[in-house]
Amino acid sequence: MTLHRGRGFAAINYPIGMNLGGDPSQALVHSNPDGKFTVALSAIDLGQGMKSVTRQIAAETLGVPIADVYVDTADSDTGPHDMGSFASRGTHRMGNAVIQASLEARAVMLEAAAEELEVDAGDLVTDGQGNIHVRGAPSRTITTMAAAQAAQFRQGRTIAGRGIFLVPLSEVDPETGEMSPVTTFAHAALVVEVEVDAETGEVEVLDIQSAYEVGRALNPGLVEQQLRGGAWMGMSHAAWETTEPYYPDRDHGPVDFDHYAMPGPGDLATHHISVLERPAEDGPYGGKGPGEMCANPVLPAVVNAIYDAVGVRIDDLPVTPEKVLRGIRANGGARPRQAL
Amino acid sequence: MSDRRSDRNGFEMRKDLFADERDDDLNEIGKRIRRQDIEGHVTGRSPFYDDHLFDGLLHIRCVRSPHHHARIRRIDTSEADRMEGVVRIVTGRDVPVNLNTLLSLLDFGLDDEPLLSEGKVAYRGEPVAAVIARTEAQARAATRTVRVDWEVLPHVLDVEEALKPGAPTVNETYPGNAFVYHGKYDHQKLRYGDVDRALAEADHVIEGRYQMSPIEQAPIETCGAIAAQEQNGRYVCYTGTQALFFSLGTASKLLELPSSRLHFIGGTVGGGFGGKVDSIHEPLAILGTMLTGQPCKSQWDREEEMQVGAPRGAERWYLTDGVMNDGRIVARKFTGYFDSGAYTRLTSYAVIKCAGHLPGPYTIPNVHADVYCVYTNRTPATAMRGFGITGVDFAIEAHMDKVAETVGLHPVELRILNAYRDGDMKAHRRLAKNCALVECCQVAAQKAGLRLSPDMLAASSKTGGGGPRAELPAHTATDQNGLVEGFSSGSYARKGGAPASPAIVATLPPGASAPASRPAAPAPEPKDPAPRPDAPRADTSPPARKPARSGAMRFSSLSGFRRR
Repeated sequence: MTLHRGRGFAAINYPIGMNLGGDPSQALVHSNPDGKFTVALSAIDLGQGMKSVTRQIAAETLGVPIADVYVDTADSDTGPHDMGSFASRGTHRMGNAVIQASLEARAVMLEAAAEELEVDAGDLVTDGQGNIHVRGAPSRTITTMAAAQAAQFRQGRTIAGRGIFLVPLSEVDPETGEMSPVTTFAHAALVVEVEVDAETGEVEVLDIQSAYEVGRALNPGLVEQQLRGGAWMGMSHAAWETTEPYYPDRDHGPVDFDHYAMPGPGDLATHHISVLERPAEDGPYGGKGPGEMCANPVLPAVVNAIYDAVGVRIDDLPVTPEKVLRGIRANGGARPRQAL
Repeated sequence: MSDRRSDRNGFEMRKDLFADERDDDLNEIGKRIRRQDIEGHVTGRSPFYDDHLFDGLLHIRCVRSPHHHARIRRIDTSEADRMEGVVRIVTGRDVPVNLNTLLSLLDFGLDDEPLLSEGKVAYRGEPVAAVIARTEAQARAATRTVRVDWEVLPHVLDVEEALKPGAPTVNETYPGNAFVYHGKYDHQKLRYGDVDRALAEADHVIEGRYQMSPIEQAPIETCGAIAAQEQNGRYVCYTGTQALFFSLGTASKLLELPSSRLHFIGGTVGGGFGGKVDSIHEPLAILGTMLTGQPCKSQWDREEEMQVGAPRGAERWYLTDGVMNDGRIVARKFTGYFDSGAYTRLTSYAVIKCAGHLPGPYTIPNVHADVYCVYTNRTPATAMRGFGITGVDFAIEAHMDKVAETVGLHPVELRILNAYRDGDMKAHRRLAKNCALVECCQVAAQKAGLRLSPDMLAASSKTGGGGPRAELPAHTATDQNGLVEGFSSGSYARKGGAPASPAIVATLPPGASAPASRPAAPAPEPKDPAPRPDAPRADTSPPARKPARSGAMRFSSLSGFRRR
């Protein structure tokens, strides 16, 4: 018997929306006379879904259907200032800026509707389907399109809003490290199962059982894609990748994907994800941003699982067959524990 | 081997947890709505920067150092100048402000990296000249004919070797091979309680050493940019940056162009993972356009992306835990070395982010960390997904497994026992809130069929915290280790208070060198949002005034990172 299975556990938290630079994000929202809204940003969609999540946030806040909102990013002539999409700040910072801009635009839209309906704007609600009506009296209604046309052609109002999200910068104390680096943290814990071949030293990740706490899953589809891809990246960091295989020596650095090995479809572990939502008080609709933290617990869980399988501690990443075999040899053979 | 994997992937929303803290009755939020841009992506019609192939587009390829560390005696481009298709060869003298550090836009750190190196190189692959030619093949061919007279210097590749006396100086801006924090120390300190005393009183002391490897971000779309002239003396730049105004501000500074003359377009990017903040291609492509009057493209091939493009840097960590027999961790001590490579890029920032994260998601009454940003003769490191956190979380959680074994506790129960909870004081001296580590541990263990004791199943992030756990330590041990002389204490830590050496301003086409001087905005007085820590404050002298700088577009007048 040379195949040994083991399980490893790890738990982490992750700072969301780093604030050490004090850099804010801005958003502009405006409607055309048809009641269709454009959100102008300078944020970057790297594939993580920046355009989509800000579109949902704008539609929710404006109270209009998602089809009536389009996100335009990133043109420095038309998009307001934003430092970029990094440090888990995109959804958190930009989402809040979009909420503020949308609230301002919504207020003008409701004023325009109120003037047409001859009611107080404070009595109006949106149904999210393109209609504005008096609270408790759905028959006294006007479409968002009619309100926008009235604003443009009769009332001379601009349905537009400006948003910025700024958390004052954090000082850092040189003596103690006292600081306010972020305002919220995401969380994760998972169990990884591996199989280790004690003859070849090869490690296969078989299964991941995870729990990720993301504040609020603003779009569960985007969250699932982040978590699935991120966990894949975590197992790849643990047992496949490096630009310098003999670090700190620089030799044998890979120069293409033939030599920079990453797990392919046949190497993927099944991954059972549970999403927890404990809203952050300053997150957009409580959202925290799952993108960065999802890989982190997988790395230690994999090495802990290898220890559980064959009794070898790998403290230098990445795990390679050579390191596993040397460890087994140093122990005088595999020492299966299966303690978890 | 799918036969051994019994189940398909699973996904569930645990709406039962924290349900009283959420309003789940929303129109658009919480819905699986299709991406706005997905149709374009799956049909191959989404425009990326590399789709803007102007007529007459020129191609830029760099001449790179074959050495880890070498002085440049002479660069001879005479043969390359005569090669077919070559339009212009650019060297450091052509760069208006040829010294920068990315975080100068946030007032953090000293300029330490040229766009094209002039005096010396400090890593293999460092660019010393750029060939602009009509085709990419012609540009590649010409780079091979540029002759550089090198004087090879001793190099250092290991972070701990680099910090020893007598090690070769990698980066002249920081002669000790370590970034200088607050103009004062060669590392960032985290001090909370008295670790040494707690370690002496602990039942077990558990030590470990961990090494995180360098990792390539590996986006499908490699880094690059295309620039062209617009009307009114403006330049348009199509870019794959993940930080539009970071790149715009950096180009503005290096090229001494006011931001009003730059028009950056991006936003749809083929993966970034942190590797597209460094803003190298944008200034280079625009500079090429300024010098030739034609559209120019700068782009890495896959080899450059992997070996010249900045990776997630390596990290080395030493951990020492003091643990009681019942599993309570009473002390945790870190020494961490971030391998920044030859220049700073963003590693200085990752160190601070990391220090604020320690000791991980646990409430530990005594914490001590020294975290270094170290210069070595390798490709500069930069951001990547989980920047500043991934490496140390690997160390912490691998270490937790050893702690659990030492004290004979279930690994999940060890985490829940020590987990931070609402109202706990954290080592960076802020109260924890909105915690959910306990619940994540419970859900993951339950799914995997791991048995937890009733106490552990009943634990909650909302209870058990605060009270005495909200109090700052009665005494915190501090020290002056790693004190550095010769750096001023301002946020923009100018060495010796003198401005960084001015770059040579080259002759540019008419109208291309409009100065963009603007005075630095006055720094506001820092607010003091938290109770005073118990740490001593030896020096309350005001920070050095910041001299006016030219070119850089500033995003904040912050005085962050300075000492108070």
